[in-house]
Amino acid sequence: MILNGKCPAGPLAEKWDRHRNEMKLVSPANKRKYNIIVVGTGLAGASAAATLGELGYNVEAFCYQDSPRRGHSIAAQGGINAAKNYPNDGDSIFRLFHDTIKGGDFRAREANIYRLAVLSNNIIDQCVAQGVPFARDYAGYLENRSFGGAQVSRTFYARGQTGQQLLLGAYGALSRQIKEGTVRLHPRTEMLDLVVIDGEAKGITVRDLVTGKFECYAADAVCLCTGGYANVFHLSTNAMGSNVTAAYRAYKKGAFFANPCFTQIHPTCIPVSGEHQSKLTLMSESLRNDGRVWAPKNKGDNRSPNDIPEAERDYFLERKYPAYGNLAPRDIASRAAKEICDEGRGAGSSGYGVYLDFADAIKHLGENKIRERYGNLFEMYEKITGENAYKQPMRIYPAPHYAMGGLWVDYNLQSNVPGLFVLGEANFSDHGANRLGASALMQGLADGYFILPYTISDYLAQTAFGKVNAGHPEFRRSMEDAESFTKKLLSVNGKKTVSEFHRELGRIMWDNVGMERNEGSLKKAMELIPGLRAEFWENVKVPGSGVELNQEMEKAGRVADFLEFGELMARDALHRNESCGGHFRTEYQMPDGEARRDDENFCHVAAWEFKGVDNGPELHKEPLVFENVELAVRNYK
Amino acid sequence: MNLTLFIWRQKGPDKKGRLEQYEAKNISAEMSFLEMLDVVNEGLIKKGDEPVAFDHDCREGICGMCSQVINGVPHGPQEKTTVCQLHMRNFKDGDSIYIEPLRARAFPVIKDLIVDRSALDRVIQSGGYISVHTGGIPDANAILIPKENAETAMDAAECIGCGACVAACPNGSAMLFTAAKVTHLAMLPQGKIEAARRVCVMTDSMMNEGFGNCSNHYECQAVCPKGIKVQFIAKLNREFIKAAIRRRGGF
Ligand SMILES: Cc1cc2nc3c(=O)[nH]c(=O)nc-3n(C[C@H](O)[C@H](O)[C@H](O)COP(=O)(O)OP(=O)(O)OC[C@H]3O[C@@H](n4cnc5c(N)ncnc54)[C@H](O)[C@@H]3O)c2cc1C
Ligand code: SF4
Ligand code: FES
Repeated sequence: MILNGKCPAGPLAEKWDRHRNEMKLVSPANKRKYNIIVVGTGLAGASAAATLGELGYNVEAFCYQDSPRRGHSIAAQGGINAAKNYPNDGDSIFRLFHDTIKGGDFRAREANIYRLAVLSNNIIDQCVAQGVPFARDYAGYLENRSFGGAQVSRTFYARGQTGQQLLLGAYGALSRQIKEGTVRLHPRTEMLDLVVIDGEAKGITVRDLVTGKFECYAADAVCLCTGGYANVFHLSTNAMGSNVTAAYRAYKKGAFFANPCFTQIHPTCIPVSGEHQSKLTLMSESLRNDGRVWAPKNKGDNRSPNDIPEAERDYFLERKYPAYGNLAPRDIASRAAKEICDEGRGAGSSGYGVYLDFADAIKHLGENKIRERYGNLFEMYEKITGENAYKQPMRIYPAPHYAMGGLWVDYNLQSNVPGLFVLGEANFSDHGANRLGASALMQGLADGYFILPYTISDYLAQTAFGKVNAGHPEFRRSMEDAESFTKKLLSVNGKKTVSEFHRELGRIMWDNVGMERNEGSLKKAMELIPGLRAEFWENVKVPGSGVELNQEMEKAGRVADFLEFGELMARDALHRNESCGGHFRTEYQMPDGEARRDDENFCHVAAWEFKGVDNGPELHKEPLVFENVELAVRNYK
Repeated sequence: MNLTLFIWRQKGPDKKGRLEQYEAKNISAEMSFLEMLDVVNEGLIKKGDEPVAFDHDCREGICGMCSQVINGVPHGPQEKTTVCQLHMRNFKDGDSIYIEPLRARAFPVIKDLIVDRSALDRVIQSGGYISVHTGGIPDANAILIPKENAETAMDAAECIGCGACVAACPNGSAMLFTAAKVTHLAMLPQGKIEAARRVCVMTDSMMNEGFGNCSNHYECQAVCPKGIKVQFIAKLNREFIKAAIRRRGGF
């Protein structure tokens, strides 16, 4: 099937306005008759639920943490982009649009990204009005900094805690609606199934994580804002509970999964310290503004970094990409670091690390300025490694970080299943094959505050409210399925723990479907994963029962889904016979090692339709059309 | 290193709990405290026992989900550090470690080390926000904010809502948490408009949720992983008095 992204016609700059004027509205008196489910209360979910509540809809909001304020958006450090051009350094909506589409290696829709760039400015206004304490200069104006993949300063930030402050803003707006009674909150509740009736999304099945009780919720529309799936790699910068479950179960109910192989490996994370490692910690990319990345010139140089003289250091990003230097985009910076380590020039005892050095910046700006900019990151680094980065360079290594892929949605953020909307990192829409820094927060909030509230009304206005209730047989069936899945997990009673399976899957994914892939490694992954999955269902040990708080069972359900999803990722990566952005196939590279795209054959979104766990999924394509930018080879030199 | 752990086990909210002894063997100094507990839990699962339930998510010290009392101190021995950021290099071979849930009247235990902190959410819901609608906002630079005020607001806004301050307080007060939110918003011109109302409804809500009074013990500041200062409590009190004077005149 050829998929249609339903981008409105007309000149790029007019598409969204025109579309807004054409969309249908729900009258104020009718809004409260519509029930909307919002799963997830990170930036995308909290902003959507709050705004829908303000408009007068009846909203049920769900999250697995004990409070909406803990969604993983809270961990975003660096900042959020907007095309305000406050520094007067040549930024514009078009430039933000262009940087984003180029950064994504031309694998995203023009119309979506242009809209995102326009809305970026409204987001900053909104957040300031909510009391987000962005950094300011002495005259009281907002400050900006630069981020990877851009030559202008357009990133707004709140110390190293931008995501936290934005989420607290959205959480405030959400809390206000909870008090107003328009939003009902269900924390410590996990979505386990999407209920589709007559082809439309009409509700969900959840498990109360405290009591273990299964429940069904019916609604007129369902919004998934459940974040990304980088935890398929086991070790990632995501929170321990970040999962693919909500999105994957929707996929199993007919929603297409788009570009699952587009995952981002972040260049600046703290290296692994041992087998016990449970997650990886990001050191914000903003550090690359002032830190210089280097590795020893000589192999096996295990002197302490401060003892390695200037002449024996290789500032490899500055050397290879003089125009962008240390601010080269993430995929490029990550691969460059891996190359160095594979050559045997890595830092630290494991050899898997490069240096991020602040000595020059401290010399120029003084330690205080650096402390003011990144103090909390330096503290965090010291807590984890026991090393003082004011005195010796940080050690960093790439780690899985972000999922560009996600459920397929059209321009209205609606999936191919009518009534199912997908927002934030959970959808695939705006970042193509690589996301630029500080653009995920922007996208999540644009989706939730400014896009969904319009597009969902267009859908609802054409649907009668309350078509089904939770008494419908489809709900009973969904609940029985969820219950029997749980029983099955508990009944295996094997010998290996859930974490052991997760770790093994992670290793398969990192080695074969990670920063570099090729036909051989992908085929290998597609052989190994079903084997591991079969072993899981014969040999996993999940203690306790299903009718109580049972964290191992929650984890087991998520890992079970990763064990299917990993195969889909490998399959998608195998189909895409080109390199682009974060998807680097070693067979397809330029003589200088850069990614070689194949625009003739792969200028499309790959959207997969579930056809059963053991049958391959069916591929649908959405062709990408570029009318306003030239498909060029990305060049950051 | 090898450690002896005494961990609070409690099956459910209405069940009786008690400390049970466990051995943690071959723990590396590089591990985080929670990774050490992961190792203990893996061992328990393999033996067919139930692992210890504890809250955690980001493991980066920012989500506020982790919440344990280690040797009597919420978040443990390292200053300005959440449990998830605490590393085992702070302990030594042969140590005994007591691990308990946050204890406060307003935080009932759900299971083992997991407590219900939804009362903090309800304090925010009572009015811990600026009542702004989405859309129709003037340019972000239309209202300037002195850098010092923005910085103080940010200092207060760093609170992660973990509830350690409540557990450390002999009265189980949520004063530091509430004061942080009141200060964050009152320092900004956008938040000033509702400041009087906000401080009243939030303190009322705090009382209704079963949090105790503040009698200036300052234990809260000592355990706060984000360095939230008791000066903010003074700020709350000032805002409260201002509001009370105004309240007499009607809002
Ligand atoms: C360490 C780190 C630093 C980052 N820094 C930046 C940055 O500086 N700038 C930037 O732009 N981006 C950054 N990002 C990326 C960005 O933070 C995320 O992409 C973005 O916040 C995702 O928001 P979200 O609302 O889509 O999902 P999340 O914030 O992940 O929220 C997911 C929500 O879904 C809920 N949920 C998930 N599964 C279920 C389920 N099955 N049932 C019920 N609820 C469920 C969760 O409870 C949660 O509320 C960073 C990411 C990380 C990990
Ligand atoms: S004030 Fe400190 S201790 Fe209290 S909830 Fe906030 S961060 Fe936690
Ligand atoms: S787990 Fe998030 S703060 Fe500790």
